[in-house]
Amino acid sequence: MHKILEKRQLSYDKERDQSVYYFKVEAPEIARNRKAGQFIIFQLDEDYGERIPLTIADANAEEGWIAIVFQTVGATTRRFSETFNVGDNVPVLVGPLGKPTHIEKKDGIVLCVGGGIGIAPLHPIVEANHKIGNKVVTIIGARTKDLLFFEDEMRAASDELIVVTDDGSYGRKAVVTAPLTEICEKEKVSEIVSIGPAIMMKFCVAAAKPFGVPITTSLNTIMIDGTGMCGCCRVSVGGKTKFVCVDGPEFNGYEVDFDNMMQRMTAFKDKEKEADHKCRIGLDAGKKAGA
Amino acid sequence: MSEHKTTEMLQEEAAKIWAGLEGKTLTNKDRFAIPQQEMPSQEPGVRAHNMSEVALGYTETQARVEAERCIQCPTAPCKKGCPVGVPIPEFIKHIQQGDFKGAIDTIKTTNLLPAICGRVCPQEKQCQDHCTIGKMLKSPEKAVAIGRLERYVADWERANDKITVPTPKPETGKKVAVIGSGPAGLTVAADIRREGHSVTVFEAFQKTGGVMVYGIPEFRLPKALVAKEVENLKRMGVEFKTSFLVGRTATLDQLLTEQGFDAAFIGTGAGLPKFMHIEGENLIGVFSANEYLTRSNLMKAYDREHADTPMYDAKRVAVFGGGNVAMDGARTALRLGAEKVYCVYRRTRAEMPARIEEVAHAFEEGVDFHFLENPTKFIGDDKGRLVGVELLTYELGEPDESGRRKPVAIPGTEHVLDIDAAVIALGNDSNPLMAQTTEGLNTTKWGNIIVDENQKTSIPRVWAGGDIVLGAATVILAMGEGRRAAASMNEYLAGK
Repeated sequence: MHKILEKRQLSYDKERDQSVYYFKVEAPEIARNRKAGQFIIFQLDEDYGERIPLTIADANAEEGWIAIVFQTVGATTRRFSETFNVGDNVPVLVGPLGKPTHIEKKDGIVLCVGGGIGIAPLHPIVEANHKIGNKVVTIIGARTKDLLFFEDEMRAASDELIVVTDDGSYGRKAVVTAPLTEICEKEKVSEIVSIGPAIMMKFCVAAAKPFGVPITTSLNTIMIDGTGMCGCCRVSVGGKTKFVCVDGPEFNGYEVDFDNMMQRMTAFKDKEKEADHKCRIGLDAGKKAGA
Repeated sequence: MSEHKTTEMLQEEAAKIWAGLEGKTLTNKDRFAIPQQEMPSQEPGVRAHNMSEVALGYTETQARVEAERCIQCPTAPCKKGCPVGVPIPEFIKHIQQGDFKGAIDTIKTTNLLPAICGRVCPQEKQCQDHCTIGKMLKSPEKAVAIGRLERYVADWERANDKITVPTPKPETGKKVAVIGSGPAGLTVAADIRREGHSVTVFEAFQKTGGVMVYGIPEFRLPKALVAKEVENLKRMGVEFKTSFLVGRTATLDQLLTEQGFDAAFIGTGAGLPKFMHIEGENLIGVFSANEYLTRSNLMKAYDREHADTPMYDAKRVAVFGGGNVAMDGARTALRLGAEKVYCVYRRTRAEMPARIEEVAHAFEEGVDFHFLENPTKFIGDDKGRLVGVELLTYELGEPDESGRRKPVAIPGTEHVLDIDAAVIALGNDSNPLMAQTTEGLNTTKWGNIIVDENQKTSIPRVWAGGDIVLGAATVILAMGEGRRAAASMNEYLAGK
């Protein structure tokens, strides 16, 4: 059983009517074996629910829980946020999935860059680097102030934290690539880890390239099984077909074909809109009432 | 294509024959003269648009008539063709005597999943390939319909609520972990539980049954049947843990040390789908058969009203491959509303590895076969969506190592087929997870686990079987491996 222990709304995007939620869920087996960079898949209904992958944002092995952070971008995430509360059980939860982040002692700075919802999966990586004594500089960014979260958590685990917003409503008015470039110009950066929307990761790769700094990106493709069977999550990496669920989710950013990945992520966009619309106007409220 | 006969018509034919057989002492000559009973099925034009089972099962009269075709050869060659050694003449004898319970109990001494095997085994390549009647009539297709009889008695038992499960021997206190709940895993679980050992089956998915649930479609193997078989194992005391991915949720080593399992069986099944590595393969609309079928079967995307998982809308679908999975993909596409479904295969119908019955069903339902063609590239529009495939025409040349004539491309025959979805059914590579997370587990260069003649792996106390060892195979071959592994595991546990 995966009981919800804590539920918090981290942000609300008025413009898009989307929220970011933090759920702390009982999952002792996953908490025990999970490492930074790994993800879970959840379902709200064993028979008809879709499988949604989410990177683990935090975990505590002793207390037996993991935390997941998600944005209400579709019907399932919306329903999860609206109808599941503390004390309820998440019907299906499997993990930890994917390969853990490769964390090792570095001479120079480990520069961690998180954008939007990508701030959540970046958190365990920042923590793990900090823990082994790497000098961690973290950049977090969002469109506007209301969409930022985990600022305190990130500050606590970083040697330096830089906050940017597109509109300048909080922190510095900039996109994440601006401080990324400045730091690479001034200091010795050993590795960049970038997690966020595909387009942001693509630009981070372009910004890092002139400096030749290795850059790791974490991909969030569509998945079904998430265990190396269906091939839905495939991406082109270094000209070869790779599977995000078992070969990833992290890949050398220089090798990822982000354009193809972004296209593939639109495969079911029309369906998602339709489902989200039905969900919002309550067409399927009765069906999932027991979920 | 012959005209479709309804169940009523087939029953009437069977009844006429039965009237001439009943109560008579039959000579072998009498038996040879009985025509093979045709399997009743849904009308092709109707079934191509629903998910219900295609084959409807024999009537009682048909089963009685078909059973009389068996001459009870003393050498029972049919048994040799069965990977789990079902006592075939013995169970058919019970049907001849009208004792259906006796028949099903006889099958169950060596096969606990007869309702499934009766539906999905390639009998014409196994038991029926060795049948004397088939040999005499010069075709395994005309052999005694062993599979249909097996299905009949299994369905009879379930419909009449006569299912009995074996009583396990007294508890031994020993614990076995079975990884994967597909055909291999379920067979191992049953055989080991019978000996009184405690068995826990770990399944990564939310549902048990493995390929029988995510891969084989409802219209060929109803999911309620698979659930029933799992329920029978639960009644025997087998424990199931779903949404548990061994290798990640816990490693095999953790199971064998910290969690106190005495032995383990790896039956993790098929792995990552094979792609062709041609241009355009990552366009939107190009699917592996695994993904296409998993969406429809396990995630129930065919049920658009209830399922959250979407299915890609496509009017013109091409399936690539000639095996059972290709047939499942093509027939699923029809049922999902495609107006045109092509099956592209680089050899001819004679070389297709799919079961003869599945190929015939696909033809009847209107799948358009393109033999001796192979794709060279997929073509997309400016949004990265598939709009067509370029094909090259082939001809059959000299036989290759497999004995089949090798397809040879004819240069300059490139032509384009307009399609909006492609389903690639060319088999699977192995799943890398167990090997990645288990130190010392030896695999082939293709990633399949290496086992000895008793299915033992390179790690003490660990056995393996099914597709993770064989590559892509069949339900019954996986069960055969499970049977062999379980025997060896039971022997090991008894001596411990």
